[in-house]
Amino acid sequence: MPLAGTPLSPQRRRFLQETARAAGGCVVAGSLLAYLARSARALPAEALRPPGALPEEDFLSACIRCGLCVRDCPYDTLKLAELGAGSGATGTPYFTARDVPCEMCDDIPCVAACPTGALNPALDVIDDAKMGVAVLVDQENCLNYLGLRCDVCYRVCPVIDEAITLEPSHNTRSGHHAIFAPTVHADRCTGCGMCEKSCVLPEAAIKVLPARLARGRSATHYRKGWEEKAAKGGPLVEDVIDLPDRLPGPGTDNLAAPGGYEPGYNLPGLGQ
Amino acid sequence: MSARAHMPVGQEAAAAKGWIGAHRFLLLRRASQLFFLLLFLLGPWLGIWIVEGTLAGSRTLGVLPLTDPFILSQSLIAGHWPELTALIGGLIVLVSYALIGGRVYCSWVCPINPVTDAANWLHRRLNLPKGWQPKRGTRLWILASVLIVSGLTGVIAWEVINPITMLHRGLIFGMGFVWAMIAAIFVFDLFVARHGWCGHLCPVGAFYGLIGAKSLLRISAANRMACDDCMDCYAVCPENQVISPALKGKPGSSPLILSPDCTNCGRCIDVCAVDVFQFTHRLDDRVVTPSEPATAPEPRTARLI
Repeated sequence: MPLAGTPLSPQRRRFLQETARAAGGCVVAGSLLAYLARSARALPAEALRPPGALPEEDFLSACIRCGLCVRDCPYDTLKLAELGAGSGATGTPYFTARDVPCEMCDDIPCVAACPTGALNPALDVIDDAKMGVAVLVDQENCLNYLGLRCDVCYRVCPVIDEAITLEPSHNTRSGHHAIFAPTVHADRCTGCGMCEKSCVLPEAAIKVLPARLARGRSATHYRKGWEEKAAKGGPLVEDVIDLPDRLPGPGTDNLAAPGGYEPGYNLPGLGQ
Repeated sequence: MSARAHMPVGQEAAAAKGWIGAHRFLLLRRASQLFFLLLFLLGPWLGIWIVEGTLAGSRTLGVLPLTDPFILSQSLIAGHWPELTALIGGLIVLVSYALIGGRVYCSWVCPINPVTDAANWLHRRLNLPKGWQPKRGTRLWILASVLIVSGLTGVIAWEVINPITMLHRGLIFGMGFVWAMIAAIFVFDLFVARHGWCGHLCPVGAFYGLIGAKSLLRISAANRMACDDCMDCYAVCPENQVISPALKGKPGSSPLILSPDCTNCGRCIDVCAVDVFQFTHRLDDRVVTPSEPATAPEPRTARLI
């Protein structure tokens, strides 16, 4: 047993000190790097990933930022994010729908070019791509919602009448016209951005957003009664008596019932 | 010794072999760096698509895939199993550098090397102190940290800040803010730490060093008996800790520079006036024995005059 205060071995002590020093430095540098890596995941909403891109958290583990997808994009849609330009993790491919939308090539050359599978080769039909979801973000300025027949977003949509339909409704402003509301059906929308690119307004009223922003999500336990009923071909609960609906109206005792109304005034001499 | 130690590095070699002879490998290396850069730039500049992509991953003549194995390792650790194309590309690069020396990448291909070489050149001209000198092993610690962080974050971590691929991609696709990063490395190597980035910190260099630890292509101090201790090789070598075991080894020891840190840049061959060093393979550990004592170096006082 060495005397108290006598170092066991100077070499051992130095080794431990140096190892601790290096490890400490690595923890500091590694934490900084981890912070940068984590914050690299923040992809701005305007930056859309190419077709077949893995979900963002998987994408950054797969994309080696080589730029081959950009090279093989025949329409110069894809760009590589530049450092400090605020368009996602530096060197990763993206496109801005309002500048150059995706033309949805049938042979999907960007996916074929990707050496790592960051753009998933399982995507073989471009109509199945999910680059984002178009959302009519501004009904107040959309010309169709104002009652005009602009229809441009609908006409340019590569999946016309499936991804975007025009839904007619009564124009209550004029009283005798229709409104043809451009309506996006997210399950068919590829997020190519043709609609956003073509919107005639100075700032597009329809925009492609990443699905995380564009879509809500129904709770897994929700069931739609009418669908269940149609699937079963009959009432879900047997022997439920369907009572007649009683509408409020003159001659009934239901004037103030829920859904009914009180008359504005009562005629004099009718009692009460 | 002191008189000669204060002579500019390579002056004697230039006198003995001519300026070209004393800068042969430096010129070849710059030509190689320019060649690899131009291969990538011919496409975007002139529409001649020989090589597409970047150093991270490329495709030559439409068929040959090449992938950076360090980036691929991070990708694997981050939890992605790459497609076959990338794996084949990574394997080709791995095997090539395992044969010719991993750090050949550093000195003959990497676009950061001219930046840090320029910083070092100015550093010497200004006679600046060597500054912060962390241990050479620091880069291995950083390498380990990068791999761990890739695993923890699920992101190819070093690509978030890798100045090599950023500069290369910047030149080919657009620079953005990368200039500032390159300027930072230049200033770091100039004022903060001599050979700081490539020699002590860069985990890419550390990775390639490990790949090429048993590489065939090596530099040998075969003619070490002729060494006249002018120290020029030590002054010019970016990893001068690799020289002594070969040059100053005991009789019978291998004259080969076997450290994985050696970048096979060949500058020691250039600056040696008596041609101590030469490129060879790792099985060639012959030491040239002077045929007659008369060829031993003259006293340096005589040569100075």
